[in-house]
Amino acid sequence: MLASSSSKLSHATLVHRYPPSKLHSEEEMSDTVFSSDENEMNYKRENVTHKDDENLQCEEFEETPLYAAILTYLSYAILCLFGWLRDFLRNSNIEKKRGAVDPNAALGFVPLYQSYESFYTRNMYTRVRDIFNRPIASVPGAQFELTERISDDYNWTYRYTGKTINAINLGSYNYLGFAEKSGPCATDAINALKTYGVSSCNTRIELGTQRYHVELEQLLANFLHVESSIAFGMGFATNALNIPAVASKGDLILSDEMNHISLILGMRLSGASYQTFAHNDMKDLEAKLRAAIVHGHPRTQRPWKKIIIVVEGVYSMEGSICRLPELIALKKKYKAYLYMDEAHSVGAMGKNGRGIMDYFGIDANDVDILMGTFTKSFGSAGGYIAGKKSLIDHIRVNSHANTYASSMSAPVVQQIISSLQLLKRPEGQKRICQLADNTRYFRQKLVDMGFIVYGNKNSPVVPMLIYMPARVTRFNREMLRRGIAVVTVGFPATKLLDARVRFCISAAHTRQMLDTALMAIDEIGTDISLRYSTRHQSRRLREL
Amino acid sequence: MGSSMTRGDIESLATDFYDLLESFKHAPFYHISFEIFLVLAVIWLVFFRKPRAIEKKLTEREKQELIDEWQPEPLVPPVDPNHPALNVRVLDGIVGKTVEIDGKKSLNFATFNFLNFVGNSRISEKAIQAVQKYGVGSCGPRGFYGTIDIHLELEERLAKFFNCEEGIIYSYGFSTIASIIPAYSKRNDILFVDEGVHYAIQKGVEASRSHVKWFKHNDIQDLERLLAEQEVLDKKNPKKARTIRRFLIIEGLYVNYGDICPLPRMVELKYKYKYRIFIDESVSFGTIGQTGRGVTEYYDIDRQKIDLISSSLEYSIGSIGGFAVGSSFVVDHQRLSAQGYCFSASLPPLLAAAAIEALNIMEEQSTPLFETIMSKSKRLHKKLLSIKGYSVMGDEISPLKHLRLANALNTIGRLEEIVQFAQTRDITITVARYLTDEHLLPEPSIRLILNVEMTDEELEFLCTVLQEALVKVTS
Repeated sequence: MLASSSSKLSHATLVHRYPPSKLHSEEEMSDTVFSSDENEMNYKRENVTHKDDENLQCEEFEETPLYAAILTYLSYAILCLFGWLRDFLRNSNIEKKRGAVDPNAALGFVPLYQSYESFYTRNMYTRVRDIFNRPIASVPGAQFELTERISDDYNWTYRYTGKTINAINLGSYNYLGFAEKSGPCATDAINALKTYGVSSCNTRIELGTQRYHVELEQLLANFLHVESSIAFGMGFATNALNIPAVASKGDLILSDEMNHISLILGMRLSGASYQTFAHNDMKDLEAKLRAAIVHGHPRTQRPWKKIIIVVEGVYSMEGSICRLPELIALKKKYKAYLYMDEAHSVGAMGKNGRGIMDYFGIDANDVDILMGTFTKSFGSAGGYIAGKKSLIDHIRVNSHANTYASSMSAPVVQQIISSLQLLKRPEGQKRICQLADNTRYFRQKLVDMGFIVYGNKNSPVVPMLIYMPARVTRFNREMLRRGIAVVTVGFPATKLLDARVRFCISAAHTRQMLDTALMAIDEIGTDISLRYSTRHQSRRLREL
Repeated sequence: MGSSMTRGDIESLATDFYDLLESFKHAPFYHISFEIFLVLAVIWLVFFRKPRAIEKKLTEREKQELIDEWQPEPLVPPVDPNHPALNVRVLDGIVGKTVEIDGKKSLNFATFNFLNFVGNSRISEKAIQAVQKYGVGSCGPRGFYGTIDIHLELEERLAKFFNCEEGIIYSYGFSTIASIIPAYSKRNDILFVDEGVHYAIQKGVEASRSHVKWFKHNDIQDLERLLAEQEVLDKKNPKKARTIRRFLIIEGLYVNYGDICPLPRMVELKYKYKYRIFIDESVSFGTIGQTGRGVTEYYDIDRQKIDLISSSLEYSIGSIGGFAVGSSFVVDHQRLSAQGYCFSASLPPLLAAAAIEALNIMEEQSTPLFETIMSKSKRLHKKLLSIKGYSVMGDEISPLKHLRLANALNTIGRLEEIVQFAQTRDITITVARYLTDEHLLPEPSIRLILNVEMTDEELEFLCTVLQEALVKVTS
């Protein structure tokens, strides 16, 4: 949660954001019944098959119920009122001022922070600060240890009791379960530490390239079925520092409105013009492509030098999957280039874990620039870009990260190499299947219970909508009390109305862990009335 | 033809005019109003109507033609296959005091391994223990269960080392300062930046979209001139001036030049012109100052007067990542506003463990270690100055120096030849590499880095080899 730029929303836009006609229930769906009249209580019963061919594009984004929208706005209005009251009390010295004070304030310096930014931090964020930034004391696997921290002054300061809480981990990005402290990957990483030390203290272009970097890049290129690849030490920096190498002034970038902030930063730094198109809306994208080619630059009317479409494989807040076959068709028709950020989908999607292309069965060479990270599915750190050799050579020469940033650390690289090699073996295949099973099971149960769940059926990112800030907080705290750690997000990471809880399913979760979590969600969902769905009947877990 | 008006002509004109006026009196009202309306319409048409832009209404067929005709450029232009980025030296084994390339060992004067912590067994041991407890990756950003207790420990230790209230760590050295600057400085603010700062700072400045005023490298007069100019502008519009934040961005020890910033005078000016100081101490942390606490210790300046000190864990400490220390008021803001902190996975715990152990060693060995590195730097500086034909850039106590050929001989080609010759004699050095879009591209140079464990003989050997190389290149 942070103070980002304001999100322009109107109530009408949100309630009708995804009207039923936009439901992607085309020929790829199995037998499903949807009523045009949403008030009718029709529920979905699907055949959960294990064939990847069916239901590839099955996504759902149910509209916000009116009463939830009204109550959410009301909640924020009340919070604001209380915020102003408390600020007034603090400024008139009736209440003690907490938080750090600017040592330079009295000397006539311009205030460092804008007052509305810190209003939000002081009066809303601090109330619920305990649900974020929870420190852990163990490996972030399927179950982990949270350090217990208690606040005596309503989250302004914490003290650590020294104890740990054991909890099921539904928050960390551990899709294939490679976050392990023992096993072949960990052993290999330790051997790499002994052989190579921790770091090499230099950039790739000077003296930082080691044999294991070359090996990693070759292995990755083979894994993804592309010509060549290059790896960097940080996923965020991979986007922010390499988009400027590919796009420049005079180019146009069309980016999905839900793209990650690292992509937006890269686009800004590149100097190219960029426009956003509605999330996963291919018609809007086509219209914008046509307009761009026909009219050129809006002011100078010069034709664009090239057009790049930037999408993500799996969107981490929505749980949706990009519509790759249509994107490839569009890109070929209009001679544009496609940049796909597979941060959450490489390793997690597809029969062989190769990402969205594997999921749809598309040749990897159709996507011009493939980007991904190693943090989520490989239990390591860093990012990569893969594609044709000419592209990768160009990036090597022009990338900011290749020239100025330290090369990757040996154990981090070894972890990726070991996990890539493991994925080729049957044990790796087992993990991929386990993840797919867990995902479908968990999502199906949530939907059947009557919760609003966004996104594609097969995406391991499961966002469940809660809307009201107080309910979001209560949900999080209650789940922790029952021994389950979840991630809840609200404004400004999401739109004002759409506060949600986001579950990340892992291959390391057993059926038992998922059932425990589902029981807890069922209980809490009943306690605080989270069953908003009007499309699916609300039922208790024991009825399913 | 003379057109002198006769009396008769004037009379007839006057009569006509009188008749005209009379006709006005007799004409019906609607007639007159219509005529006045016509006159007004003509005046409006001639003087006031803006020409309407002709809208380009293309037909569908024309649009389709345009779409079919449009040819994009290739995704990437062709690259020179001889570019150094495509022909790097591939290393094996530990890149410590010696480095192994193609099976041959050579002395390493090229990597930023100032305190020789790379390959240190104590540090590796601690990193191994961290893998056995936490695994390799942290699997999430700091806000979502990516905060591991070892991160909190490292932040505390760094804050204590610098005697500041709070510290914050990042998972990538480049992203540290590049995320910090846009977190504080927004569109309307002013940044006074030294021209010689390194690329990451330039990117941070660019990302912030603030007004940038570059002053000449290490030139206090130029900075004062810019500050005075800004003061004049402030006096003209004091209300606006009260909403513009000002920052001074400098480095402790410049990576591109090897010299130290004139900090005392900059701190004085801070209180006069009311700007905040952010220092990037990537190179100066762990290399200068009696106990390695950087340029503030070197000049004996109270660290409370500096608003933020940012640095890298990738140089002296020998790990990966970056950090910033300062007062809680300043540092805490980054936890919600710095993009590289909020939206990126946190530092792998083994790298944090390695950094903590390196910090332990720095604190244990303290003054003797740093006096050694400063004195060896001085000795190396003297030795290099004695080789005629080279110009040495950098402060004498800086372990990072830039070596150039004297006058017009200084080209990248010749410097590369020197590097290759040195490699044949088992000395590894490197030409400093930059991208072409640097704000102020430095002159070509060889970046020499001193490792604290180098002996005097080895330094002598380096100078001998450099001398021989010079002879070979200039002959």
